[in-house]
Amino acid sequence: MIKIVNLYKSFGQNKVLQGVDLTIERGETLVIIGQSGSGKSVLVKHLIGIIKPDRGNIFVDGVEIVNLKEDELHKIRGKFGMLFQGAALFDSMTVAQNVSFGLERYTDYLPGKIQEVVEESLAKVGLKGVENLMPHELSGGMKKRVGLARAIAYWPEIILYDEPSTGIDPIRADAIINLIDRMKKELKVTSVIITHDMTSSYKVADRIAMLYGGKIIEIGTPEEIKRSENQVIQQFIHGQAEGPIENW
Amino acid sequence: MINQSRYSLLFSFFQELGEVGSLVGKTLRNIFRKPWEKNIFIQQLEEVGVRSLPVVSLTAAFGGLVFGLQTYIGFHRFIGHGSEAYGGPIISLGLSKEIIPILVGLMISGRVGSAIAAEIGTMKITEQIDALYSLGADPNRYLVAPRTLACFIMLPCLTLYGDIIGIAAGYFYNVVLMGVNHFIYFENTLLYLEIWDVITGLIKAAFFGIIIAIVGCWQGLKAEGGAEGVGKATTRTVVIASISIIILNFLLSKALPGTLSG
Ligand SMILES: Nc1ncnc2c1ncn2[C@@H]1O[C@H](COP(=O)(O)OP(=O)(O)O)[C@@H](O)[C@H]1O
Ligand SMILES: [Mg+2]
Repeated sequence: MIKIVNLYKSFGQNKVLQGVDLTIERGETLVIIGQSGSGKSVLVKHLIGIIKPDRGNIFVDGVEIVNLKEDELHKIRGKFGMLFQGAALFDSMTVAQNVSFGLERYTDYLPGKIQEVVEESLAKVGLKGVENLMPHELSGGMKKRVGLARAIAYWPEIILYDEPSTGIDPIRADAIINLIDRMKKELKVTSVIITHDMTSSYKVADRIAMLYGGKIIEIGTPEEIKRSENQVIQQFIHGQAEGPIENW
Repeated sequence: MINQSRYSLLFSFFQELGEVGSLVGKTLRNIFRKPWEKNIFIQQLEEVGVRSLPVVSLTAAFGGLVFGLQTYIGFHRFIGHGSEAYGGPIISLGLSKEIIPILVGLMISGRVGSAIAAEIGTMKITEQIDALYSLGADPNRYLVAPRTLACFIMLPCLTLYGDIIGIAAGYFYNVVLMGVNHFIYFENTLLYLEIWDVITGLIKAAFFGIIIAIVGCWQGLKAEGGAEGVGKATTRTVVIASISIIILNFLLSKALPGTLSG
């Protein structure tokens, strides 16, 4: 279980998070929605200690991680897999080296086993025979899928997906959403998904949370969110230019 | 108003100094702590060392030639015909103590420092640094430490190599081109040039290596704002590293003893 308590983060004058409270239950799929630039990526990066908050606490399975030392943080990070918004593949390495990177650091698998798991992970995201390609030889959607294979390769308990379907054609996007759903059901992983795609949110989410003005303004099941009386939420989920959210 | 901006300038200067200080501290700790990123380190040795040989060869050769040329003119003008052969030790001393370390430092700032800043800066803005963290690799241990150690080791090696090329070029200009007496030139060089002169240059080069790697990594890791930010980080690295090298060179020349034999 992950518990975020009263989290604040600013970059200079830019107040991004202003008191976020959020609890993520074990095994649930939580979708975080919000405008571009509202701080969704920043929030999620706090969970693995890449960004340190100005104020507030984060508990992962009961352990407060904000003030952990690097080697203790290493253990916590091994529970997480993260798919980055821009895939963030290491561009000096082949696809196989990318996918095996976490395996080499979080498991004690031998090289043969690592190669096997790399192939398996790539197969899960529908890629075959790309092991020796370099990232610049892949299309945007393929990069994202390799990024996903890299994030799930070492069996993390919690997977953070930063816009998994953005920049991918709708059919592949749906396939990725199905994969996320399958991993939840088969492996009982906890998933945190950042997305703008309301259709897939309704499909996979146990709960949906909206980040607005530096806070989680509402959290609930897809049904509850659809019926929300909050005008901000109605405007966002229906994608309307008119409403309380300033759009320029 | 003016006072405030002056204070904030001073504040940000010390803040940046603090950033660099903590980066150096963390890097030193990681260099002495296992496990090492051995493959990256070897790759960097090659990148910093072997790939810099052409640049260092050229600059050292022409540095040696021009220093040989001016020393020849100096002796000829102030002492007279026939005295030029006594320039040998001066040329060798000047080259190994000052000119080659500085030339190598500046050339490697341009070649390696900028490459480090560009590579790490690109990794920063494309979230690859974040990805390192999430996959269990500390960017300092994985990127900064091996680069710093490689520069620390390779700069003295390149300088020693440059010394040989430069001194040979000075000899070539005087003895081969200008017909200076080979025996006097050679004997005097052996007589007056101390191993310490060469070692001083190598010690300085080792410091320059640390400066180049640390400034490049520091600027790369704090790059932000897309391709433009990476460009700025690269330019700043070359400027900051070059200026620091020239200033530190003077301070080290002043601090290190001129000779060890009394
Ligand atoms: N490392 C950083 N340094 C400074 N500002 C940042 C940094 N990361 C994000 N920001 C700023 O924080 C805000 C939220 O960004 P982000 O979390 O990426 O938004 P999104 O909700 O689209 O994922 C933006 O204004 C962005 O410019
Ligand atoms: Mg984002």
